[in-house]
Amino acid sequence: MIKKMRWIPVILVLTLVGTDVFAAGAAEGPQLGQAVSKEEIARWEISVMPDGEGLPVGKGTAKQGKSVYQTHCLSCHGKNGLGDSADQLAGAEFGLTDEYPDKTIGTYWPYATTLFDFSRRSMPMHAPGILTDNEVYAVTAFLLYLNGIIGLTDEMNAKTLAKVKMPNRDGFINVYKENQKVD
Amino acid sequence: MKNSKNTKQIAVAGNGLLDRRLFLSTGLKFGTITVLGSASHQLLSKEANKQSTIDPADPPWMHTPGGPFSTYGKPSAHEREVIRVPAPNSAVPGNGVSWTPLHLLEGMITPNGLHFERHHNGVPQIDPNRHKLLVHGLVKKPLTYTIKSLLKYPMHSQILFIECGGNSNAGWNKQPSRAQAGYFHGLVSCSEWTGVPLSIILAEAGLNKGAKWLIAEGADAFAMNVSIPMEKAIKDGMLALYQNGERLRPENGYPLRLIIPGWEGVLNVKWLRRLKAVSKPIMTRNETARYTELQPSGKARMFSFEIEAKSLITSPSTGMLLASGQGLYQITGLAWSGRGKIKKVEVSTDNGNSWTEAQLQEPVLPMAFSRFRIPWRWDGNPSILKSRATDESGYVQPERDELVAKRGRHGFFHYNAIVCWEVDEHGLLSHVYDKKNALDTGNISIDAGWD
Repeated sequence: MIKKMRWIPVILVLTLVGTDVFAAGAAEGPQLGQAVSKEEIARWEISVMPDGEGLPVGKGTAKQGKSVYQTHCLSCHGKNGLGDSADQLAGAEFGLTDEYPDKTIGTYWPYATTLFDFSRRSMPMHAPGILTDNEVYAVTAFLLYLNGIIGLTDEMNAKTLAKVKMPNRDGFINVYKENQKVD
Repeated sequence: MKNSKNTKQIAVAGNGLLDRRLFLSTGLKFGTITVLGSASHQLLSKEANKQSTIDPADPPWMHTPGGPFSTYGKPSAHEREVIRVPAPNSAVPGNGVSWTPLHLLEGMITPNGLHFERHHNGVPQIDPNRHKLLVHGLVKKPLTYTIKSLLKYPMHSQILFIECGGNSNAGWNKQPSRAQAGYFHGLVSCSEWTGVPLSIILAEAGLNKGAKWLIAEGADAFAMNVSIPMEKAIKDGMLALYQNGERLRPENGYPLRLIIPGWEGVLNVKWLRRLKAVSKPIMTRNETARYTELQPSGKARMFSFEIEAKSLITSPSTGMLLASGQGLYQITGLAWSGRGKIKKVEVSTDNGNSWTEAQLQEPVLPMAFSRFRIPWRWDGNPSILKSRATDESGYVQPERDELVAKRGRHGFFHYNAIVCWEVDEHGLLSHVYDKKNALDTGNISIDAGWD
């Protein structure tokens, strides 16, 4: 017990150095948070990171995704993702430097994993969460296929999706990082 | 300080702008400014006729008992036109915005019922007893907090504006918008927010080394998620429970909202349910496909969080009439900056040929609305009114042509150019673009909507 106690100040110091942000010292809280298990966290967790972390078990192809799109997406996003009451997702006529740029998944979105993260949490708007993980993989594949990024029968799963290189992957300037450099 | 005799009637800039210190020294009588096109304007004469028999010296409401007490007060029925104007998506009624009527309000605080809204899929009706905040990811102790427990924490209050990154985006159009000032620039509001400093909660969970970003997630039907730099979250972040003294309204995030002072509205996640510490941003749809600004080079600005200094004259403004004819009027407006305090607001009534400093209402607070006012003697001739904010970092609000030249017109977000109101010979105001070097001809629509 005594040995463990001796480590506490060291850990606190490491926390300060590691994050370099509590330098001013946060006011001490009453510690009313409840500890939570890994299993419980998993029930909340729907984040999908660009490296694929958080992608669930499952798979789908564009061929399978076409019917998912027609059932759940077409009424707002239009035929073949050409847009209607909601965003145009595919079929860009113009590039990003043209007078009327088309910001579609193919011309603009930097990460394929974003499609999975977003479609699973937010789509379709009238019943978010209705799609199974396989359906999300399939409709993600269909949208990538519509944009000419993958083939009709390429399987999207937890391994392949994160490896898809989006055409506009390097099309962004991190303004926050630039401002940090100036400071 | 000059005395009243010295300041009285002395123009300090071209076209009749008077010294702001007149406010302190003399009893000014300003002309009437009316809002045109509103139903109340049309009803004005009807009501005037109906009420013409009422003698203010001996009105009927002094002879009958008044109304009962109310459990929650509402504005006078005579103020029924002071409303938010919603602009929902045609297919998804809960996706869109509603605008604060900035042109009909005064002071620096936005009433709770008029705070602007931006929802992605409606306003959830959350039972606070069935809502928890999960703090996890790169932390030593993942924790959940109930709302009841958060209410027991040490709190602090701060008066802060929140501005949607897409506010004023009609400014990118080639033709000036005809909407009234609030229904064009009113995706910004200012409240006193009260809650628990985020640093306390993050310290309790204990951040691991490498926890550089925080993913915030809402409990709405969009599960809105966004990445926030940890440094900012710890320095300024607040878990807000109260707005202007009362618990948050559902449309402003009840029961819990993340407040990230001075940064674009989307980071101020409503209905907050989860904070995940991570090493890199998650690259959500709303920080990649949206809330990024496509530049003329074809590259897009990403993580452009900070709201740069901005101001506009709220009265008189487009759609209003200088109803008293030539004479003295009060010009008033708002200025704000995500970088700190507003240092000065200059006003011009001659299309920017001459400027003079307006009076700033105290207190001037960092990352909050600053109200400015200045008296103006209108000579009855066509005039162009402008305001220009400078913040304590030295940043000066740009002219529209400068902004468009720098950023192009497809950025959609972070439009903060100087706003011009033209007064015609009848005293009617309309929105115009800077006429000195108008770049724009033809018509174009902005290239993205609110979905």
